[in-house]
Amino acid sequence: MSNPYSPIADYGLIGDGRSAALVSRSGSIDWLCWPRFDSPSLFAALLDPEQGGRWSIAPSGPFRAERRYLDDTNVLETRFHTAGGELVLTDFMPADSEAGKRRRLLPENEILRRVECVSGEEEVEIIFAPRPDYGRRRFTLRDHGPFGLRLDMGSRLLALQGEESLRLLDDGRAAARIRLSPGRKLHFSLTWHEQGPAAYSPLGPAAGESLERTVRWWRGWMAGLSYRGPYGAEVARSALALKLMVYAPSGAVIAAPTTSLPERIGGDLNWDYRYCWLRDASLTVRALEGLGFREDAEAFAAWLLHATRLTLPELKVLYDVYGRDPGPERELDHWRGYHDSRPVRRGNAAYHQLQLDVYGEVIDAVTRVVRRDGKLDGETQTLLRGLGRYVCRHWREPDHGIWEPRDEPKHYTHSRVLCWTALDRLLELHRRGALEKIPVDLYREHAAAIREEVETRGWNSRLQSYTQTLDGEAMDSALLLFPYYGFTEAASPRMQATGRRVRERLHAGPGLLHRYEHSREVQEGAFGISGFWAVDFLARGGGSSEEARAAFERQLAYANDLGLYGEEVDPGTGAALGNFPQAFTHVGLINAALSLERREQESADSTGRRRERVEA
Amino acid sequence: MNWGSWLIWGFAATVVLTALAAGSQGLGLTRMNLPYLLGTMFTPDRDRAKVIGFMIHLVNGWIFSLIYAAAFETLGEATWWFGALIGLVHAGFVLTAGMPALPGMHPRMAGEQRGPTVVRQLEPPGFLGLHYGPRTPLSIVLAHLVFGVILGMFYTPA
Repeated sequence: MSNPYSPIADYGLIGDGRSAALVSRSGSIDWLCWPRFDSPSLFAALLDPEQGGRWSIAPSGPFRAERRYLDDTNVLETRFHTAGGELVLTDFMPADSEAGKRRRLLPENEILRRVECVSGEEEVEIIFAPRPDYGRRRFTLRDHGPFGLRLDMGSRLLALQGEESLRLLDDGRAAARIRLSPGRKLHFSLTWHEQGPAAYSPLGPAAGESLERTVRWWRGWMAGLSYRGPYGAEVARSALALKLMVYAPSGAVIAAPTTSLPERIGGDLNWDYRYCWLRDASLTVRALEGLGFREDAEAFAAWLLHATRLTLPELKVLYDVYGRDPGPERELDHWRGYHDSRPVRRGNAAYHQLQLDVYGEVIDAVTRVVRRDGKLDGETQTLLRGLGRYVCRHWREPDHGIWEPRDEPKHYTHSRVLCWTALDRLLELHRRGALEKIPVDLYREHAAAIREEVETRGWNSRLQSYTQTLDGEAMDSALLLFPYYGFTEAASPRMQATGRRVRERLHAGPGLLHRYEHSREVQEGAFGISGFWAVDFLARGGGSSEEARAAFERQLAYANDLGLYGEEVDPGTGAALGNFPQAFTHVGLINAALSLERREQESADSTGRRRERVEA
Repeated sequence: MNWGSWLIWGFAATVVLTALAAGSQGLGLTRMNLPYLLGTMFTPDRDRAKVIGFMIHLVNGWIFSLIYAAAFETLGEATWWFGALIGLVHAGFVLTAGMPALPGMHPRMAGEQRGPTVVRQLEPPGFLGLHYGPRTPLSIVLAHLVFGVILGMFYTPA
């Protein structure tokens, strides 16, 4: 029997700022959750090819596929080359301007697919097999004539309309084989309705107009990209991928649109990433703002402050897109998992962990926004003072750290540095006049005490390196972030030595780093963002700009053909591992590029000044 | 006619009916959303439609309560069971006559036989509103029963 799983990197992503779908190289939508990223799945062949459900459109015979996104958009185009001709499949979730939404009646969620025969007489096969509610419940697909196929789930409705009919099969699927002559196009619209009566999307020329509007919308958003540095195409694609993981109604950024893609094939390191990790806050805001997407950066910072109010002054590790507890972690036992990697999980128990680094992340993110705007309202100031008090009271405690291992809490050096960051940024906000009535001396004392502890117990003089835990021996790629947070300079002797030690101990392959030493024990892949942190470290002065560029280019080899990155990379094969695509890895790419751009700009400026002096 | 009593209890009964209808939609009993249906007669903008439809629905409820009040005046008394009875008839009328007539009145609603077009995109309610979910009739009957009971209990005939 042939392998029913596609490689993780074979997937492309489409989305609409509320949900996302993974489309395989063979034209199959193998992952879709509606109406929100963290809703139960409708298609999940990704995790169980037999029971998960899929919607495929592809030539009925053998083919070779090429893919691309239309320039500056998240409209995916798959080109199938067969023995006799060529078919082009265009997949997207429609997007429209606010003015457009006022003029048109739009479905709550929609995927539009267009298949076009470019040359030769081609037969296309369509298989529609929805499996709602993670495939746990069976609903009957019915043919409603002019209203298409409908899966009625009580008050929720999934409807498929097409310009050709699909035949209902006995096993609950629907299918069709249709011959297309050159120039003929077929449109299919899948829609979801639960807030009111269904509003169907018109097909034919109207579907073409919807595609044009979607392209225009994405290009309009990309017009805000101000980045002019190196690797512009890769940075632009990362920005577009990141935007697909922003939940537009709240501004939250999810970690990834999938659950339980394994960090080790066949293993149990399978987690649900369809939530928002505060850990990613500062890095994400810097990426969005650095690229010129200030509204997105501000929306995310606002979400950080307002969505977390239910738990303040305590910050949880993760929240759902509205700032709520995602609910208990459950195992979906009826699914095989990707390449039999079980269990498949929904929900994430990391919610209940203590991660002290998130305080530094959130406060640093807010500071980045304030550096430009310079203002904080009274309520936000009260909230930040509450976070400051919490950090002063708790920074000495052990926690689960940035990687949230499911074992006993430890004294992580990175968490200490982020507690220092929290207090340092609060003092900065005070100096800027944005934050009043803070106990300046108290914050300074605690910040100094944290620094003292990191420089004594977080530094191992025998290893000549900072270490993962206080008084520890192990390395952690997160140590490379100390210059990013301003705790120390990348060119400082201690960071130079730490950089060497991290590369030596965590090296996993060309340009690849494990996130920590424990990764080898559990045989997980190399961590995507850790490789980009190494680039960032070099670009900040940990190495030369040439070294940073070379390191950046090594990372580019691990993207798929669409420029998307997973969470991890298999060091043996270079294959993507873990949830896909991963916002954190794309944030790492963007931030590394921004640091490289700044480094090269500074070099160019200093060269220019030298030349001017010589000429003078 | 006791106009003061009608104004107050007609309004109160409409508010409760609207809340029950919205609640049954929120609880997943039905996709029936009357404010949205009414509002989309005037605008395709989903958010504005809900606001406009809500206002129309409120006025509609008030007008319909006038019929209830007139019935109570004819009887010479208002009781919860008579109110419930009128509510039941009202719900039956909405489900059997109002719903099937909707595609003919609504400029953005598709016809049962014609299907959706560029202009007519909204799904028609079907027999007893069953296209909006199998428990739609139940939620409509329940909401109208409560509407009638409130008027029957609290309206004071002149």
